[in-house]
Amino acid sequence: MQAITQQIEELSKYSGTAITSSAESSLPFIPGPIGTHITLRHITKYFAGQPLYQDFNLDIAKGKITSVFGPNGCGKSTMINLIAGLIPIDAGEILFDGKSLRDTKIGYVFQNYRDALFPWMKAIDNIRYPLKLTGTPKAKIDQRIDELMALFEIKFDLSRYPYELSGGQQQTVSIMRALAPAPEVLFLDEPFSALDYEMTLLIRDKLQDIFMATQVTIVLVSHDLEEAVYLSDRVLLLTKRPTRVAELVSFDVARPRTLATLSDPEFIKTKARSLQIFQQEVHR
Amino acid sequence: MGRLSGKSLVPAIGPIVLFAVWYFVVAAGIVNPVLLPGPGDTLAHLYTIVASGSLLVDLLATARRTVEAFLIAAAIGVPLGVALGSSRPVYRSVEFLIDFFRSTPSSALIPLFLMIFGITDMNKVAIAAFAAVLVILFNSAYGVMNARKQRIMAAKVMGASRFQIFRHVMLLESLPQTFVGLRSGVSMALVIVVVAEMFIGSEQGIGHRIIDAQQVLNVKDMYSSILAAGVLGYAFNVLFMLVEGRLVHWSGK
Ligand SMILES: Nc1ncnc2c1ncn2[C@@H]1O[C@H](COP(=O)(O)OP(=O)(O)O)[C@@H](O)[C@H]1O
Ligand SMILES: [Mg+2]
Repeated sequence: MQAITQQIEELSKYSGTAITSSAESSLPFIPGPIGTHITLRHITKYFAGQPLYQDFNLDIAKGKITSVFGPNGCGKSTMINLIAGLIPIDAGEILFDGKSLRDTKIGYVFQNYRDALFPWMKAIDNIRYPLKLTGTPKAKIDQRIDELMALFEIKFDLSRYPYELSGGQQQTVSIMRALAPAPEVLFLDEPFSALDYEMTLLIRDKLQDIFMATQVTIVLVSHDLEEAVYLSDRVLLLTKRPTRVAELVSFDVARPRTLATLSDPEFIKTKARSLQIFQQEVHR
Repeated sequence: MGRLSGKSLVPAIGPIVLFAVWYFVVAAGIVNPVLLPGPGDTLAHLYTIVASGSLLVDLLATARRTVEAFLIAAAIGVPLGVALGSSRPVYRSVEFLIDFFRSTPSSALIPLFLMIFGITDMNKVAIAAFAAVLVILFNSAYGVMNARKQRIMAAKVMGASRFQIFRHVMLLESLPQTFVGLRSGVSMALVIVVVAEMFIGSEQGIGHRIIDAQQVLNVKDMYSSILAAGVLGYAFNVLFMLVEGRLVHWSGK
């Protein structure tokens, strides 16, 4: 009974946005199922006259890790950049819990940490930067830094400049910076692909710990299917251009996932199925 | 004899070889000694004019003009370059002018400047500043235009406004390139000041001293003055590298 009232409430909440969006795009806005955080509706994006996304629709679950996997150049980075507002959409609408991007706090971690951190600032000032932008008082900033350092179990000196740190440390700083303002959604674009394997394993598990501690919605682009399945609750498989959703595969094995997860029958099954769908799409 | 002292001697090899060749060429009588005195004689003369203070007067006059020209050029070139660079269409609209005058040898404009400023000290500074301002402006503008896109995106996604992105990211991104411009600018200013001292009458200055020495065939004084001009240029360069290393510590890392 309670569930039904909640559902009605949710729907009536969405109906407000449905009206405004239909006025803009002339297509009715259809909200995602309960538990949806980000809704992409009728997204169109062209590059150089060629469609990349055309009438693309997607629901991204709240408080889950969704990995994005697909052929090279299919638009994985473009998709999270569109959602994060880094590149404009040609048409369509993206809402976060029914709100626009403007009213949503997001964090973003780039693949190339070298070009994403500010080399003229010490690591700690890089992490402080987004908090300073929002005018957070100094005491609050220091408190947040302490929290993050405890959460990440930082053992290196944050008062060094980024170029004085190892790749893994730099990417850790990038993730801390993205998480500093306590974002509602964290985007990561192939965050491990510039790191060596040892570092990848380490930071990957750190990311999982942080997810378990914060339950922040995570959208992670990955070029490694094993990693995509291992980390996520949903694996979004994309097709070749023009890009569509091939399948949104669920993977619900309990966390924390460990080495043992890699030999879990459910993991093996999900990975095999994802790989099969991927290959079908690539060879089409 | 440790490896350390051996290593620290390596940079000295070039100058030692140069002086050895110089010595050999003069000693063997390959070049007329009226045109080229030996290195020993030249260095001895250099010592005398340094000790008497007469070289210092000229060197300081040249250094002062160069610094004045450079400061004027930097004060105009950096802000203007940054402003132009922050808008690609605006830069494109003046790009041809900048490239054209950057490619024009500034020494070709000395007669024009003579007409405007007359035979004054201000003239030498003005033309050197004009030459330096273009190279400084050009580099600052490109520094801003070539700011790493991803850093700008990182600031944008953290909620920085356009102005904040400009102040916190683009300006700092442009600093390494701005320093390239400043370093070229000071070299350019020195070149033009020395040329101007040669051809626009002046009482003091290393360019004036070189041409005076040449006209009375005082070759020892001429070579000594040339060496001194080289030392001055080199000193400017080293000074800039030091400042740059501290201010733009992240450059090239
Ligand atoms: N700014 C752009 N201009 C033109 N084409 C682009 C641009 N950005 C991306 N593309 C094209 O869009 C496609 C998707 O790019 P991207 O999202 O980076 O792919 P992925 O991250 O999946 O490898 C590619 O074919 C790429 O060439
Ligand atoms: Mg990509």
